[in-house]
Formats: sequence, structure tokens, C-alpha cells
Amino acid sequence: MAVLELTNISKHFGAIQAVNDVSLSIEPGQVVGLMGDNGAGKSTLVKMIAGNFRPSHGTMQMDGKDLILHKPVEARQHGIEIVHQDLALCNNLTAAANVYLGRELRRGVGPFRILDYAAMYKRAGQIFAVLKSETRPRDLVKQMSGGQRQAVAIARTMLSQAKIVLMDEPTAAISVRQVAEVLNLIRHLRDQGISVVLISHRMPDVFDVADRVIVMRRGRKVADKTIASSSPEEVTGLITGAIEQVS
Amino acid sequence: MAATLDQTIAQKQHTLLSRVFATQTFWVVIAVILACLFLSFATDSFATPKNLYNITRNITFVAIVALGMTFVIITGGIDLSVGSVLCLCSMILAVTMHAGYSIEIGIAAAIATALIVGAFNGVLIAYLGFPPFVVTLGMLSIARSLAMVASNNTVVFQFGPDHDKLLALGGGAWLFGIANPVLYMILLALITGFVLRWTKFGRHIFAIGGNEHAATLTGVPVRQIKVAVYMISALAAGIAGIIQTGWLGAVTTNLGNGMELQVIAATVIGGANLAGGVGTAFGAIVGAALIEVIRNSLGLLGINAFWQGVFIGGAILLAVLFDRIRNFRRSD
Repeated sequence: MAVLELTNISKHFGAIQAVNDVSLSIEPGQVVGLMGDNGAGKSTLVKMIAGNFRPSHGTMQMDGKDLILHKPVEARQHGIEIVHQDLALCNNLTAAANVYLGRELRRGVGPFRILDYAAMYKRAGQIFAVLKSETRPRDLVKQMSGGQRQAVAIARTMLSQAKIVLMDEPTAAISVRQVAEVLNLIRHLRDQGISVVLISHRMPDVFDVADRVIVMRRGRKVADKTIASSSPEEVTGLITGAIEQVS
Repeated sequence: MAATLDQTIAQKQHTLLSRVFATQTFWVVIAVILACLFLSFATDSFATPKNLYNITRNITFVAIVALGMTFVIITGGIDLSVGSVLCLCSMILAVTMHAGYSIEIGIAAAIATALIVGAFNGVLIAYLGFPPFVVTLGMLSIARSLAMVASNNTVVFQFGPDHDKLLALGGGAWLFGIANPVLYMILLALITGFVLRWTKFGRHIFAIGGNEHAATLTGVPVRQIKVAVYMISALAAGIAGIIQTGWLGAVTTNLGNGMELQVIAATVIGGANLAGGVGTAFGAIVGAALIEVIRNSLGLLGINAFWQGVFIGGAILLAVLFDRIRNFRRSD
């Protein structure tokens, strides 16, 4: 059964039709590349899944049950996690503090509860070990490489039992070596049975790591096929409009 | 391979000592100690109980307000209204008690005033998006004006039936001959330090100063916290005002004039960063101490008081210079 199923989703802002009648389903443990030019509707689509926008039409279902999101927090409660394009990290805090930002662990009773530093360092360290990332929980994010920063942002999604991780352009602004590191992190997520939606402009990354590619153009889904049955040339044609649509 | 990865992750890069040496606060503490040692030998009048009593007490008013300011500065904001809020709260306390009410009601009125002013600043900044500089600059003017309205611009020096209680509160020395204001300062510093280091609220304050956008995205209640920090800042000013009223035994509408600059100087000397994300309670106290020691020493050494501003300004620049040098080294 699909972990997330979108049926005839549309979103318009006034007269602008940002997303038009899109249906798609995401299977557990699958990496889906979501591609398209600027303004194709990728971000709007992702923001609906993330709870930032409500769809104008259509329904979303998670594990067969209707999914209605009013706020981003609710998406998180349903196991939908987002890695933002700018990673949303605080440079002045440690890696562990960033991982736990907004859901800090505390110990004590009633109103007398203090931050549980030891538990947060320990758990963050375990997650970095699972991700095979050489990231120290006690280090400040300020001093970290692009790959380590990605690991911190991705570690956040692994605190709770995430089902789907949405990644917005994770490889946009980092070095070649770090790109390989990030793609490995995505594979580690997949190996945990987590579905990953990878929004990217970079053709090689999608063809390297994704199982499926979905292409959007002008708010419509114009392709949804396995990586094995597609090619970078075809996807390029779909993005630009040289190829109208494939089934 | 797995073992080495685990070792790397578990590794602590800095020992406690190396972290202490790396802070600006540490070097300011050294400066304060050296200055005190020098003055003890160079003058007969510095290391006397009377002078030390005066210095420690003088530190407190700036230090208490600086503790509140530390919260605001860590979030990346600024509160220019503290001097005026201090004056307004003092005046509310004085006028209420002068009218015959008890000290409890007077203090409650002063604290309520502080919280209302802080909430007003905070709501304008957090919910309506006004720049903190502008909002608190406006409040600097409003609060002092209200203090004048409340007192009809007179000096209040009679505090009704609880007159003596108020003077004992601010002017007494209830424990080991340490001036009461110093005791309050130590207590408030401990609370501030605890909140910043050990509570979720404290962690979120640092997060907002580090990257407000990230804090919002990760579900930190940014707006509520911002309102809270401006209320804390005003509250600290109000508390300092109450204590100072008891110590002085009189309130004029001139009280706390220009104090905001001393307070900001103290926090910056103590290691807080005006860009946000950095600051400690201890730093605020140490910064206030350095300013007071400089001021005191100039008097004792017989240097013309007009030079005070030069030395205090120099201390601000020197403290920040240390920070810059460290950053240059790191970016190399």
C-alpha cells in the first residue's frame, strides 16, 4: 500500500493555477525524484504535503486514511519531515541542539524540568552513526562542512518515526564530494524504510539515487516513471516542454 | 571502520579549560582582577571595606538591568527603553507609596507597570514587525514622559507608612554586611544563568538569535518568546528601579537617564554579541563590574572625571577587539 497518495490535487492562488490536477502515490522505502523548472509547481506541491498550504481541490491519503493538514506541526505528527533548502540550522548551537531544536529532551518533574544534555548528545550521536556521518554532537554547526550540515538537518527527520522525508534541493550549494555524501545519507534513509521525495534540479543526482522520477511542468504532472525506463535526455525534454507528456 | 566512526562521533574536541580560555568573558574577568590588584597597591583607598562596599553596590543597578538586556540581545534585539522604564517604575512605586499604600502594593504596581511596558514593546516587535531599535526608542521617550506625568515632575522622597521598609529593602545589608542590592543581583544572576543554560526557553532564545527563520521552521514559538524577552528586560529594569528607590531614598524624573548605553556596554564587554546568538549572565555582571572599576579607579587615581567616557569606550572597543582577533584566526 502506498504510504502517501495524492488524488486530483489542485492549488490556485487567485487566478494563478500553481498545481493542476496532480495525482501520485509514494511507496514505502522509495526514493522519488521530483523535477521541474522554476515555477513548475514543485514547491507548491511539497508545501501542501508539508502542511504549509491546503489544497484547493483533491484529497491526500496517508496509509489509506484521509490526511488533512492545517499547520506544518501536524505534518510532522503524521510522520512527514522536511529538510529545508537552507537547512534551517542555527550556527551558534551545537549539532545535537540543532537536531533537537523545537523538541528538546528534558528531565525532571512537573514544571521543574531541565534540558537533558546527556541524552540529547547520546541520541544524536547514535543517529549520526546510523547515517555513517563523521559529525560530533558537541561541535558547533558554525564549524561544519556542507555534508555535515546536511547530516544534522537529516538527523532531525530521524528523531521520530518518519515515514516520508521531503528534501528541497539538498545538493544545490555544496561541493562535489559532499554531494556524494548527501546521496549516501538519502540511501541510508531509504534503507530504514523511509520514503524520500527529492526535489532537485540536478539530473545526475536524481538518476543516481532515485527509484522513480516525477516531472512537473506548468502545474501539471507530465511524467511519472521508473528511473530504469527513463533517461536524462527524456527528462530534460519533459522539463522544457520539448516532449509534451509521457505515460 | 565502525569503531573509528563511533570514536570520532564520541570525541570531545575541546576540554573545559580550552573553552574557558576561548571566551571573551574570561579575559574581561582577568582585566577586572588585574585592575583591582593594581589599585590595591597603587592607592590606599581602594581596598578599604567602605570603598569595596560602594563599588559592589554601584555595580548592581547596571548589572541587574544588563541581565534582562542579555535575554533581548541574545535574540538579536535591543532594548533602549530600560533607563526610562527604570525611572517610570521607581516613580510608580514612589507615588503609590506616597499616596499611603503599603510597600507590597507599591511594588506590585511597579512590577505590573514594567510587565505592561515590556509586553507593549514585545507585541509591537514580534507581531507587528516593528524594528526593536525604533519601538524601544519610542518607549524611551514615552516612559520618561509618563514618569513626569505621574509625579508632576517633582522629587518624591516620602514614601508613606512603609517608608522605612523600603529604605531597608534597598539600603540595608541583611547578610554578612553585603549590601542588599548585591544579594539581589547574585540571586537574579543565578536565575538568569539557569534559565539560559538549562531550560527549553533559554535554548529557544539562543536559536532565535542564531537563525530566526530556522527557529520558526522547526516549530519554536518565536513570537511568544520575543514578547517574553522584552517583558523580562522591562522587568529587570523595574526591579532595579525598586531597589534603587530604596537605596537613594528619593526619586527624580532624571533617574536612569542614559543608563541604557551603560547597560548595553556592560553586556557587550561581557561577551554578548549585538548580532544575536551569544551572551551569558556572568558576562553581564563582569561587564558591569569592569565599567564600575574603571570609573572608581579614575576617581581614586585623581584623573579628571571628564576622561571617564574615553576609558569606558576604550574598554568596549578592546573587549570586542579580542573577539575579532579570535574570529580572524578561526577563518584563516
